[in-house]
Amino acid sequence: MPRRRDLSSICLIGSGPIVIGQACEFDYAGSQALKVLREDGFRTIVVNSNPATIMTDPGFADRTYLEPLDFDGVADVLGRERPDALLPTLGGQTALNLAMELADEGILAGLGVELIGAGPEVIRRAEDRELFRETVRLAGLKVPESTIVTDPADVPVDLSFPVILRPAFTLGGHGGGTARSWPELQALLERALSESPVGQVLIEESLLGWDEFELEVIRDRRDNVVIVCSIENLDPMGVHTGDSVTVAPQMTLSDEAYQELRDAAADVIRAVGVECGGSNIQFARHRESGELRVIEMNPRVSRSSALASKATGYPIAKVAAKLAVGYTLDEIPNDLTGTTPASFEPTLDYVVVKAPRFAFEKFPGAETELGTQMKSVGEAMGIGRTFTEAFLKAIRSRELDGGAVTPWEALDAIPVGVHAWFRRDLESVTAALARVHSLDDLVADDWLKLKRLGISDADVAAACGATEAAARARRRAWGVRPAFRRVDSCAGEVEAASNYLYSTWGEQDDAPDEAMSRDRVPGHGPGPGPVVILGSGPNRIGQGIEFDYCCVHAAKTFRELGYEAVMVNCNPETVSTDYDISDRLYFEPLCVEEVLAICERERPVGVVTQFGGQTPLKLARALEAAGHRVLGTSPEAIDLAEDRERFGALLDGLQIRCPAWSTATEPDEAVVAAEKIGYPVLVRPSYVLGGRAMRVCYGPEEVRAAMADATGRVLLDRFLEQALELDVDALCDGEDTYVAAVMQHVEEAGVHSGDSACVLPAPALSPLERTYVEEVVRELGAALGVVGLLNVQLAIAEGDLYVLEVNPRASRTVPFASKASGINLVAAACRLAAGANLADLDLPADPTPAQVSVKAAVLPFARFPGADPVLGPEMRATGEVMATAADFPTAFAKAERAAGRALPGGGTAFISVCDAHKEAIVPVAHALVGLGFELVATAGTAHVLAAAGLAVEYVRKVTEPGAGPTVVDLVRRGRCDLVVNTPQGSGARTDGYLIREAALVARVPCITTIPGAAAAVEAIAHAQPEISVSLQERISAARAS
Amino acid sequence: MKGFLALEDGSVFAGESVGADGFAFGEAVFTTAMTGYQEVVTDPSFAEQIVTFTAPMVGNYGVEPARSEAARPHARAVVMREARGPVWTDWLLEHGLVALSGVDTRTLTVHLRNQGAMRAIAVAGEGSVDEALRIVAEQPLMAGRPLVAEVSTPEPYVFADRGRARIAVVDYGCKRSILNRLAAAGAAVTVFPHSAQVRDLHAFDGILLSNGPGDPEPLHDEVDTVRALLGRVPILGICLGHQVLALATGHETYKLPFGHRGANHPVLDKRSDRVLVTSQNHGFAVSASAAKEVTHVSLYDGTVEGLDFPWLRARSVQFHPEAGPGPHDAWPLLDEWVAEVAYAQAA
Repeated sequence: MPRRRDLSSICLIGSGPIVIGQACEFDYAGSQALKVLREDGFRTIVVNSNPATIMTDPGFADRTYLEPLDFDGVADVLGRERPDALLPTLGGQTALNLAMELADEGILAGLGVELIGAGPEVIRRAEDRELFRETVRLAGLKVPESTIVTDPADVPVDLSFPVILRPAFTLGGHGGGTARSWPELQALLERALSESPVGQVLIEESLLGWDEFELEVIRDRRDNVVIVCSIENLDPMGVHTGDSVTVAPQMTLSDEAYQELRDAAADVIRAVGVECGGSNIQFARHRESGELRVIEMNPRVSRSSALASKATGYPIAKVAAKLAVGYTLDEIPNDLTGTTPASFEPTLDYVVVKAPRFAFEKFPGAETELGTQMKSVGEAMGIGRTFTEAFLKAIRSRELDGGAVTPWEALDAIPVGVHAWFRRDLESVTAALARVHSLDDLVADDWLKLKRLGISDADVAAACGATEAAARARRRAWGVRPAFRRVDSCAGEVEAASNYLYSTWGEQDDAPDEAMSRDRVPGHGPGPGPVVILGSGPNRIGQGIEFDYCCVHAAKTFRELGYEAVMVNCNPETVSTDYDISDRLYFEPLCVEEVLAICERERPVGVVTQFGGQTPLKLARALEAAGHRVLGTSPEAIDLAEDRERFGALLDGLQIRCPAWSTATEPDEAVVAAEKIGYPVLVRPSYVLGGRAMRVCYGPEEVRAAMADATGRVLLDRFLEQALELDVDALCDGEDTYVAAVMQHVEEAGVHSGDSACVLPAPALSPLERTYVEEVVRELGAALGVVGLLNVQLAIAEGDLYVLEVNPRASRTVPFASKASGINLVAAACRLAAGANLADLDLPADPTPAQVSVKAAVLPFARFPGADPVLGPEMRATGEVMATAADFPTAFAKAERAAGRALPGGGTAFISVCDAHKEAIVPVAHALVGLGFELVATAGTAHVLAAAGLAVEYVRKVTEPGAGPTVVDLVRRGRCDLVVNTPQGSGARTDGYLIREAALVARVPCITTIPGAAAAVEAIAHAQPEISVSLQERISAARAS
Repeated sequence: MKGFLALEDGSVFAGESVGADGFAFGEAVFTTAMTGYQEVVTDPSFAEQIVTFTAPMVGNYGVEPARSEAARPHARAVVMREARGPVWTDWLLEHGLVALSGVDTRTLTVHLRNQGAMRAIAVAGEGSVDEALRIVAEQPLMAGRPLVAEVSTPEPYVFADRGRARIAVVDYGCKRSILNRLAAAGAAVTVFPHSAQVRDLHAFDGILLSNGPGDPEPLHDEVDTVRALLGRVPILGICLGHQVLALATGHETYKLPFGHRGANHPVLDKRSDRVLVTSQNHGFAVSASAAKEVTHVSLYDGTVEGLDFPWLRARSVQFHPEAGPGPHDAWPLLDEWVAEVAYAQAA
């Protein structure tokens, strides 16, 4: 059936900020869908609050709204745009839940908006636990024995443990868990009930130890069903699939067992009634008896479908979008092959393994045991011709920080319950490595065997006590080189135009593209040649989607400039690993070995390292050493900025001030240095990402404690209190510098810039200060010889300007600054790296936007019980949102709403601050009273507020003796609408921690800094009601003025 | 032990021997099915062929007697990128199959796709490539080769003695899955040799022409028998049986360059516009035709995948509705045919 002619405009809802369980896979899905819908002539409208997404780029939709993804936000957009249809299946659980709310409240019917992709009945049948179970049973399949509970009193007494708790309508099984006893059940149930927006929890038969499989299924309106991919979890049932190591295709099932799953998946998608789109269906299967249980279904594109798309080359989101507008599977071509239709089920001649990336080191105190609630913050995928080859690539690609606590830290740390087949294969790797002792013993055949198992040069080198470079040189001398093969979704059966590649060993290279076989002498080919763009690897805290955004723009820009863009990345969630984005995509670990091999095959005119965060920077030196040219800022300049000694000397030479600093390796040495600098000091390991293990110390004891946790050389900086912190993104052509955005942090220095809210333009900056800031940034750009992007963090304290940090590369704020200012910073940086001057770029003389944009961070504390939910120098945010308005209070209020922390308009505010903040809190409290809030405070704070003449109710702390409810009780009972709590020390058992945790569980906004509280109060007082304005309208208004 | 595969065009692919010693001739073909290696190797349609698996790892879940499509393996040799043992490799050895692992199967597959299936030799152990190639050149070509006599049952036998319809299966190299599906659909099943005569078959409620190896074109006697039965007894043809029915109804067959072998081939039912994901294994096909009896076409290369002659009560499919291995999408095709035959018989 052809495209529906009765639809002409379609609204697509994104998934909002990156949170655990919902990451950039939905940007990938959304941007794919927008692409095909626009090709088909639809007018597209997109709503998403996440500025670091490609789908929210002005060129991707006709109308782009960076608005909060809540009922009001989306209803407002729908009211303005009046689309014919709403497509809710590409924006994760967020979009699906919103669509249901809009349907239930009659908004869609009232506006005449049709839900396409999946209708309300379908969504309900898939998402409502009881309806789903009933549906599956009617289809003749089994579900785990279970009972629905809406109140702790509903729990049946004859329960047999262990049981699993699954709250209805939550992300990634959020709020669930496994209970092995009654007390455990009671504790978990309370939390689970509060997490479920409908107060519904499923308590079910535990299938701990059963094997877990997922199938990606697609169905069209003619009832055609195809299975895109089977995925097998190495970690059996009991571990959330997002936290499991998974493999595709499934490895351990016979044909009859696999076909049983396939049939069951088709039965489920038909019974639920998804009639034009993709679904992910999860099964548990008993390893010996073959008993099958249907666990869950997502009637939408999911994290697993992004993985399945990358694993097979089958573009699920594109196909799903096409199906939603009327096409059938036989009519849609698979554009990867160009020769097969979408009804051609992918068949794989390689193995794919996904490994989760955890960040437990960021959340000291948090439980690290894996369970039914997802905890990983990102993932990496490896492709190989054998299981171990793929597995080892995935594991390598995680880029673990030294000493990080993670499941599957080493190859031989095989978790309990892993199928014997995988275990045996992995043990063969360990055994092979154990036989390696000296490089001299290895001949060509040995090398080939090791490489075919997936063992890296670095691993061989480590086993031989040699350097990686030495190992590589020996291997190459034996003629053992990698070959590159295509992912073509058809195992070579059909001639495919695929540009999607991976490496393996002992094989022929798939015939290079026509473009590659051309004469590569620069100036003789039709274009300038290939440029290799290194991606940012798995998402982790401190290095996430922002960098992928930059890499995608880099690829786009270099293609526009006539280069062939060659992308290297290993993160299956990303847009950059969509084969559409580049001329060639290498899905490979971002390690020296693989990147050098790719560069050898490509012979690029240059390698781009400044857009993928720290990951590519770590490779820059090795690339240069191998004779490859790094485009833009040189590795030398990067080193100059990152080496504290050299950078300090540079600043001295320029007479630019930085906070007093020193370095130390021993605790005593550190204390001496700290005294010389003057307290408080900021202690951190050198070369840090996202402020890992950073700490502010107020005395020698704290310095010693910080040193105890650190390894190697640490930096000590004077910590500037009460400073105004600024973040600057600039462009530099090696000589001249263009300051594109000067942003102000809402929270003070000491809160990591990634966790702080940030405002553009900076409201507290005087014109004179701004001039001075720009001056300093220009001097730095020229002195470092930056070619491309430059990020500088500065602080103004007591009238003095300090440089805190310089990053001669794309920063986390680039997408935000680009969207707020309307200048595509990455495109400009690429042009500079390709040789243009700033003068060639036609940038606006004054980039300061007329409207105020606020970026707010989204934090994952609710996922890490036991970790203190307080902002500090170590970054913990997983994502961010953006809001724009005519003034700061309105933009800030909207950003907080978008971040899921809507500020209350009134009610009760609980205040408890540390001694240092007792004075500063008084005006905030005053303002709250003026806004009609009632104040509640603990003794010390109450005393100060009462002394200032404010009416305040005293409440006791948990640790204070006495009768009546404690503050934690009040928060739990929903008696507080706002919590302001600044920490007096941090740690698991302090009162402050208990208050913050209670607020987190009760979903009460909890502010942990004074500037944060002041901004919130200002926003509550002055936020204006506003109609939403699209990005396109804002840009054209700015151009007109 | 080392081993190699040599193709008639002189291409040589090195590997490790993981099966029996010695060497084996056959037509080199590849299958893209990701599961069902045991079913593939025991499928009589693979007779006189060296089968290459594009699946990256083969042997993962061992072997199970019930999975075999025939009493013994029919493929002549097996070529894999990564064999996993010991159960699978022991089984290969036990059955005397030459098997190679560690072979660059993707390059081999792409070569066969581009150059067409060709004669080959699989050698376990050291051997002279030149000598091997010389003998390969002396082997018969697949085109023009009748092979059903070598794999058909010598005597008739009863597979299922009770049922709502009495079905005769003409065994051109019949897979057990076909018999199992017929029995599951409620048919009483008797199996006849390929040489069965009209007098053996005409009294049955329905006749199923099975799959099988080789070129259909030289099967003149079989075709004549089928032609004589047309209109008298309902007929269903599968794979080679489909080609025999096509020849009996005046269509022509030809050799495909490298065939269709896999478990993911989409087929469009032109009557309903529905897509079936099918299991396929054929090196020959029925010539394209605009005739109205063409009911199914491949969505992958447009070749004829099904015929229906309602006035003759005969129909056929090129793909394998019985699966084994592969998707069960087309199971209903067999079920419905048995039900129809039973209904017609009762009426």
